Amino acid sequence: MNATLLFVQALNGLQFGLILFLIAAGLTLVFGVMDFINLAHGVQYMVGAYLVAAFAAWTGSFGWALLLALPSALAFGLLLEVLVFRHLYDRDHLDQVLATFGVILFLNQGVKFVWGAAPLSVPVPELLSGSIEIASGLLYPVYRLAIIAAGLVVAALLYALVNHTRVGMLVRAGASNAAMVSALGVNIQRLFMVVFGFGAMLAGFAGAMVAPILSVEPGMGDNILILAFVVIVIGGIGSIRGAFLAALLIGLVDTVGRSFAPNLLRLVLDPAAASQTGRALAPMLIYIFMAAVLFFRPSGLFPVKR
Amino acid sequence: MTELAETQAAPMSSLRPRLKIVPIVLFAAFAAAPLLAMASGAEGYVLSLLTRVMIFGIAAMALDLILGYGALVSFGHAAFLGIGGYAVGILASHGVEDALVQVPVALAASALFALVTGAISLRTKGVYFIMITLAFGQMLYFLATSLAAYGGDDGMTLSSRSLVAGSRILESDFAFYWVCLLCLLGAYAFSRSVVASRFGRVLRGTRENAVRMEAIGFQPFRFQLVAYVVSGMLAGLAGCLLANQAEFVSPAFMTWQRSGELIFMVVLGGLGSLHGAIVGAAAFLLLEEFLPEILHGLSFFLGDATRAHLAENWKMVFGPLLILIVLFARGGIMGLLRRPHHG
Repeated sequence: MNATLLFVQALNGLQFGLILFLIAAGLTLVFGVMDFINLAHGVQYMVGAYLVAAFAAWTGSFGWALLLALPSALAFGLLLEVLVFRHLYDRDHLDQVLATFGVILFLNQGVKFVWGAAPLSVPVPELLSGSIEIASGLLYPVYRLAIIAAGLVVAALLYALVNHTRVGMLVRAGASNAAMVSALGVNIQRLFMVVFGFGAMLAGFAGAMVAPILSVEPGMGDNILILAFVVIVIGGIGSIRGAFLAALLIGLVDTVGRSFAPNLLRLVLDPAAASQTGRALAPMLIYIFMAAVLFFRPSGLFPVKR
Repeated sequence: MTELAETQAAPMSSLRPRLKIVPIVLFAAFAAAPLLAMASGAEGYVLSLLTRVMIFGIAAMALDLILGYGALVSFGHAAFLGIGGYAVGILASHGVEDALVQVPVALAASALFALVTGAISLRTKGVYFIMITLAFGQMLYFLATSLAAYGGDDGMTLSSRSLVAGSRILESDFAFYWVCLLCLLGAYAFSRSVVASRFGRVLRGTRENAVRMEAIGFQPFRFQLVAYVVSGMLAGLAGCLLANQAEFVSPAFMTWQRSGELIFMVVLGGLGSLHGAIVGAAAFLLLEEFLPEILHGLSFFLGDATRAHLAENWKMVFGPLLILIVLFARGGIMGLLRRPHHG
């Protein structure tokens, strides 16, 4: 029983980790290239989920909804960049934290204003509903496998984009030294916009993908934002590779830890105390993990060389 | 070098008499408020609102001590509010209801947590410091949600306010108000003396240039750590008061949004002046309280349904207001008060 349960939890962890990666990828680039703390990245994930919910209700098809939601999320990200974030790049981190905190307040209330406070649900697309047997007697929802597949594909595309295209080269150069890139004649303002819009779209995509399995509600981006920050800090700010590995680690540690911490503790404690401590310890695991990583490597596992 | 220092010091000293007026007016207003509250008729409401303002004033001032004077952006300061609150709640649920025990325990717990997390956090710099303090705050938040014996997610209701040396004096809202004012005054006087001391000057030195401070023989880490511990203890004290004010403790005391609000209060009032943080806390809480009504009043030309809708969604105005303040009102409220002098 334990081996299959572990396998299922590992799959769940992988799926969660990939969603985290989609959000963290944009965040780490924006952070790395522009030295900009964007707390509002989480609401972009929420907006993605809301957009897909709205379009799915309108078109009746998840596929169309996703196709419409992606460019909308991109446009929305660019709009925010022009209206707010552009004016914050040369401010200190404190100002950035505060202003983007204001954006969170506004948008969390904004979605309530437009769609109401009640959670929305998005039906799982017909094609991907149901479960398949991945081992004897073990059913796993197809849609979750689809999320894993989509996450891996996007990660691969992102890898190719960042490492093997000209734009990617500029982005990597920008993460190392934005001032130097600008001095070499690259329009850094435009590069910022591209990175920002792209990051917003990735977060929106993550939100759209989880919309059918989570409830779409105001504030849904707040907690995942913190996890995304944990991911990029562990991975090393500005490093896509670091974000990928850290996201999978966090996804696995969190998911597997929650279901196995009480069991593991039972080896050393009596059952009642073990389940009590286990439940207390499990949600703290990733933060303890982060503190430990930063204690030994104060700039993350894969620091970008400057 | 010395010439530059002198030219910078000159306007500071000429500002001094003017700036000292602000804290005096502020504390006088807090002292006079109960009388006005009695006259207003809604004294319960006014007192509880102002008590909250003073409690958050202590917490914001605690944060200003490291944020304004040490440039340490702690994004997990709400954790200390939680430690103070839970110290009161947990001790009370075990029958220890006297503040003379609860407060020292809360301060000791805050100091210990600050010492451990500070020692780890201060190894990192800049953005990493912001994030690691956030992580420690979240850690404590999740710990609180899992404390099933003490209410878990839902929090716990206190059966009564803390006793003071066995007497139920805090049950009276007036007495509690005065105790909070006393704590605020004490915290202010203490912080002021810390800032003015040699220790405070070294701390400000590390804010300006940590490397240079190290070069002239100070270890920035030690000073920053002590400041972090002191700040944590003051915020812990605010947590004790907050639990008593609400007669309720819950993990919501220490959400990361609450930490963000504390930073906002400090910046809104003006960094690095101590009383600015109190002004900021007052402005923030009063705005939060009255913005729905203000919006309702300002939109008199709209229909009733739209007005109600607008008042209900006041956060949609609050958020952009926050952004605008950050973008255009540098130096916060204290900066605005100071500006005519420069111009």
